[in-house]
Amino acid sequence: MPAEPGVAAGDVPPGTGEAAGRAREDGPADRDAAASRAPGPAIGRTRGADADPAPGAPPDMPPDMSPDPWARLRRATNARIGLGRSGDTMPLRHVLEFQLAHARARDAVHAALDLDALAAALAPAGLPVLRARSAAADRATYLRRPDLGRRLAPGERDALPAAGQELAFVIADGLSAAAVQRHAAPVLLACLERLPGIGVAPVVLATQGRVALGDEIGERLGARLVVVLIGERPGLSVAESLGAYVTFAPRAGRRDSERNCVSNIHDGGGLPHAVAAERIAWLAREALRRGLTGVGLKDDRALVGDTDQAARIEGR
Amino acid sequence: MGYAWTLGGERHRFDDLRALLAAASPRRSGDELAGLAAASEAARIAARYALADLPLRRFLDEALVPYEADEVTRLILDTHDAAAFAPVAHLTVGGFRDWLLSYDADAAALAALAPGLTPEMAAAVSKLMRNQDLIAVARKCRVVTAFRSTIGLPGRLATRLQPNHPSDDPRGIAAAVLDGLLCGSGDAVIGVNPATDSVPNGIALLEMLDALRAQYDIPTQTCVLTHVTNSLAMMERGAPVDLVFQSVAGTEAANAGFGVSLAVLREAEAAALSLGRGTAGRNVMYFETGQGAALSAEAHHGVDQQTVEARAYAVCRAFRPLLVNTVVGFIGPEYLYDGKQIIRAGLEDHFCGKLLGVPMGCDVCYTNHAEADGDDMDVLMTALTVAGCNFLIAVPGADDVMLGYQSLSFHDILTLRATLGVRPAPEFESWLARMEMLDARGRLRELAPQSPQLARLLPYAADAG
Repeated sequence: MPAEPGVAAGDVPPGTGEAAGRAREDGPADRDAAASRAPGPAIGRTRGADADPAPGAPPDMPPDMSPDPWARLRRATNARIGLGRSGDTMPLRHVLEFQLAHARARDAVHAALDLDALAAALAPAGLPVLRARSAAADRATYLRRPDLGRRLAPGERDALPAAGQELAFVIADGLSAAAVQRHAAPVLLACLERLPGIGVAPVVLATQGRVALGDEIGERLGARLVVVLIGERPGLSVAESLGAYVTFAPRAGRRDSERNCVSNIHDGGGLPHAVAAERIAWLAREALRRGLTGVGLKDDRALVGDTDQAARIEGR
Repeated sequence: MGYAWTLGGERHRFDDLRALLAAASPRRSGDELAGLAAASEAARIAARYALADLPLRRFLDEALVPYEADEVTRLILDTHDAAAFAPVAHLTVGGFRDWLLSYDADAAALAALAPGLTPEMAAAVSKLMRNQDLIAVARKCRVVTAFRSTIGLPGRLATRLQPNHPSDDPRGIAAAVLDGLLCGSGDAVIGVNPATDSVPNGIALLEMLDALRAQYDIPTQTCVLTHVTNSLAMMERGAPVDLVFQSVAGTEAANAGFGVSLAVLREAEAAALSLGRGTAGRNVMYFETGQGAALSAEAHHGVDQQTVEARAYAVCRAFRPLLVNTVVGFIGPEYLYDGKQIIRAGLEDHFCGKLLGVPMGCDVCYTNHAEADGDDMDVLMTALTVAGCNFLIAVPGADDVMLGYQSLSFHDILTLRATLGVRPAPEFESWLARMEMLDARGRLRELAPQSPQLARLLPYAADAG
């Protein structure tokens, strides 16, 4: 069977960060499938070819000699199309692929932030690094009580200094500590490079935090502007996506419509670090210059996202 | 007025009717978030005893959301059919539960009763029912609607084919439509959630879907799930709108959060009817709902999330919809924490909708931050099919790559048909047969890539857009 390029390309959904991971992890499942079904690079995806020929199928052409008719279509979508069937159900390979993607997303939701490693990664910034906890004591509480994730735990507020700088960065785990671990430090460093001459408060690492936790922290720090870098709700295709929320004059009770958002920062077809930092830095400079964030700021530039994404990050 | 019940010497008090209903609800995170949940497990059961004792007609005398402040309350009370209510008017909520499960409550009796019930009555009695009761009674209810296909007939399970794409790529959407059709899905509607919610984009998607439907003469309807005002604008510009979609909730304030009112829904239904596109029937509206919507809009008026959800069905039924579904696990764990809560909510929503005469379906689904997985969905889809659910939503491989959550797969629908013997809508089943996609036993053939059936459909998807 020819290793048809179209099949190979189509076998992995294009443009998703998960694609490479899936391909890597496919090894064992591939072998299972190969043992029980037809050989070839398109196992599972061309389940039709492995099946008993349907009545009416041309009998003169062995099924496994045909090109994968889904290959062209797969280039147009990363949806799980053309999976084939085992009776009425999905072939095992695709069941396991799906379970793996879900497992990765679940791991990302429940993983704890490694604060020491994150602080070390932030060292080149040359800024003090502080820690803060939300009022949600643990992950289970965090998931049930979004209101607690938006407030500091008792006593945490007093532990933060009134730094009185222009800009504060808050890094919060949100719904994907993995995304924060991977992207927050490089994005923050790239932002600082693009914001020369702006006074920056100590960086606060917040655990069990939601976007609005940055309001209370920014207010306490006395910053004119707060940038919250936070893990977005993991999807099956991308479990490590970072969001950035920019809020002028942070204080408890700010509404989502008073923020600007740069979302989908990840290396699986999302925003690269440098591009994200460019957008965040633009927002920060404009917010400080004009004294506002939110709907009044977003109209100026099509590239800047709006806070509809908040629903995704907050999991509403 | 307040309510109380004494259990083992302990007096449990409930401040008012809303508090009593909330406390009687099975545990769920949304009511805990709202501060409405029972104070203890024993208090929950005390509330159920007190609720069982409550005359059903109390819900006609005492509005949970003030009549003056809320057009949904006005709709519910102003359109209440006292004659239809008469057969159960003498019952308590507990007595009503027993009657619903009795042999007297057959399909005809339940259909006649529906206009006499308010959503609050349906929600109240559901709180006294176990999951098996919700299934058994819903199974007796029949709500049949039609546009080009007929939905809700006994022994049938229809599907919404949901071919979403992260950037609305027409070829990507067409590929997912093809995938679903080849698995025999799409008889309730081929309905896409657009990534970009604009009128020109909506028209482009509608024209693409309508051309596909027309080319293969598929007896189904298409829908772009955009805001009702966008659908009105699309109809003004002559776009081929089969169904008008809208998300709705159970209070005027929550609907305002969605940017809709009863007046705009009325206008939209009239506009869609004037197009005369249905061949089998004239149901032109499609609504989605879901527990937690009102609370997340801070518009729940202190009413528990299941009761306020049931009020959304009063909004739906006023517009004779073809399809209504609860998007049960989409909202997240702060409203429905885990598989147990999602399963319960799905059965409650289906039961309440059917009891009120709404053509109820379900998006059996979950997000990655909920304590749920595919096994929970297997249980809910099976239970809902046994309960006679009108339709379920399905996406390629159970993975919605645009909305970032997991629904059912087209395969899941085949499994339900095989294990429970349910069939597609009759018009669609005939089409599948005409397309030579069914085998001699009526099962969906697994088509080889070079089969003529597949070859007929593939070029369309490859050329779309």
